[in-house]
Amino acid sequence: MISVRKVSHRYDKQVVLDDVGLTLPVGQLTSIVGANGAGKSTLLSVISRLLRPETGTVFIDDLDVQSAGDDAIARRLAVLRQDNRVTARLTVVDLVRFGRFPYSRGRLTPEDHALVDEALDYLDLQPLRDRFLDQLSGGQRQRAYIAMILAQDTDYILLDEPLNNLDMKHSSSMMTLLRRAADDLGKTIVLVLHDINFASCYSDHIVAMRDGRVVVQGTPREIMQREVLREVFDMDIHVQDLHGVRLGIFWTTGAPVGPGPLAPEPGEVGQPAVTVG
Amino acid sequence: MRAVHLVIAVAVLVLGSYVSLGIGAASSVGVADLFPPSAQEWHLLATSRIPRLLAILMAGASLAVAGLIMQRITANRFVSPSTSGTVEAAVLGILVATMFFNSTSLVVKMLIAIVTAILGTMVFLQMLQRIQHREGIVVALVGLMYGGVLAAVTTFVAYQRDMVQYLDIWTTGSFSGILEGRYEPLYTVLVVGVVGYLFADRFTVIGMGESFATNLGLNYQRILYTGLIVVSVMAAVVVVVVGAIPFLGLIVPNVVTLLMGDNVKKVLPVTALAGAGFVLACDVVGRLVIHPYEIPVATIAGAIGGVVFIWLILRSARGAAV
Repeated sequence: MISVRKVSHRYDKQVVLDDVGLTLPVGQLTSIVGANGAGKSTLLSVISRLLRPETGTVFIDDLDVQSAGDDAIARRLAVLRQDNRVTARLTVVDLVRFGRFPYSRGRLTPEDHALVDEALDYLDLQPLRDRFLDQLSGGQRQRAYIAMILAQDTDYILLDEPLNNLDMKHSSSMMTLLRRAADDLGKTIVLVLHDINFASCYSDHIVAMRDGRVVVQGTPREIMQREVLREVFDMDIHVQDLHGVRLGIFWTTGAPVGPGPLAPEPGEVGQPAVTVG
Repeated sequence: MRAVHLVIAVAVLVLGSYVSLGIGAASSVGVADLFPPSAQEWHLLATSRIPRLLAILMAGASLAVAGLIMQRITANRFVSPSTSGTVEAAVLGILVATMFFNSTSLVVKMLIAIVTAILGTMVFLQMLQRIQHREGIVVALVGLMYGGVLAAVTTFVAYQRDMVQYLDIWTTGSFSGILEGRYEPLYTVLVVGVVGYLFADRFTVIGMGESFATNLGLNYQRILYTGLIVVSVMAAVVVVVVGAIPFLGLIVPNVVTLLMGDNVKKVLPVTALAGAGFVLACDVVGRLVIHPYEIPVATIAGAIGGVVFIWLILRSARGAAV
């Protein structure tokens, strides 16, 4: 269980986290959503001890992330920040092997090698294992980093905007894969996402932030509602229920797209389906 | 890197070393005279040519490895001891040692040069952490300018004391002064090199960025400074004993990592061999061109290294990977 207690943080007097308290469930996929500057990435950094907040504490199970040893945390929680910049020409397999560093300190045991191979298999990277990172496409590279995170074999996986720079196809296969990791491997996964529809379709739990505070959290069904989304994003978003999956139509200004199972709200009736660009 | 490559590299280096032993101002001892040497020939070898060869190998290997580590921990291909003020700070240290400690001892010079090299490089790293665009050539330009400022200070002070000529010994590296009893401090680099190798994986990890390193349970700053000390000691020791050899720490690791990738543990041994081989070749050329006189190794390395450096810049300007 991840528990965030009374966390506040400022960058140059600008409050980015304002007394955040939060408990995230184990074994589930949680998405943190919100507008730019809402504090999502900062919160993720604080949870993963990449950033020490001005006040407040974060516990991963019984570990205080600020005071527990670096190694202890590294075996419990893995975090990936998205910059997708390749600073070193490593091969895929070398990168994934670094996932075992918290355990092996660079001297890999046969068991480490087995876990590395498993992670490569899981992400379908065996054919690319000896390629350099800068020879891969953005999606392949992303998979390589995720494989490293899986090789790290932690209960908790935190990813900051894992869909950045990915096209639609790679975005959805990445989300499918993360969903699978939560379901098959029992991982607790926390993502920062920009796209509420990916959050809605793939998460168990959504945390919505605004101005450094958690505005609301709950199941996708609870969050994907017009009033809630207006509160979070300050935007009028029409929500459509598609066979039980809730989608926010945010690329039109609140206009409904076709008659849907959700009851139209007063004043909206009569707007026909529109072509959207 | 397959083992066969390593064997070939070692074989080439051994052959080059053999040639190197057979060349010198004393033409009575040539390549053909080495098996077996007479007592007199052995004396020449033991006091001059073998020390020189060992100095060449150690200096070349350590400067190349220093460059490799520096490139990795700063995640920038254009950072090296000679493009970050390290070498200039070491020369300044030698001047300080000579002026204030009136020291003729190599060891005292070395210790002070190590301290100034560490401080000088630390200042550069501080500047680096404040630069927005940490990739690419801008960093090298900043480093060259910074080194230029340090060198200017050194020259100014030396000029006041009429010591400019004296400093030439260190600003232009040469092996011609290496004799038995004049190079032994260089063995320090072997010890430091082992430390560097033990930290190889950590250097690779911090080269991937601070959050990447933290995620794997590593203390980024601590490893950064460990690397800084390893690099500064290596560079300072070489400067004190041999003098500055320009571009070596920049081009050798660049060419090696271009072929073999950036995993420090994998490429460090090859980088050391390549650095040793490069300096050996430069030295042999320098001794042959105007035989029986010689051209300092720094001049030869500068001429070759400059061309390779320009090629590397053009390559990165074309937007080649990393």
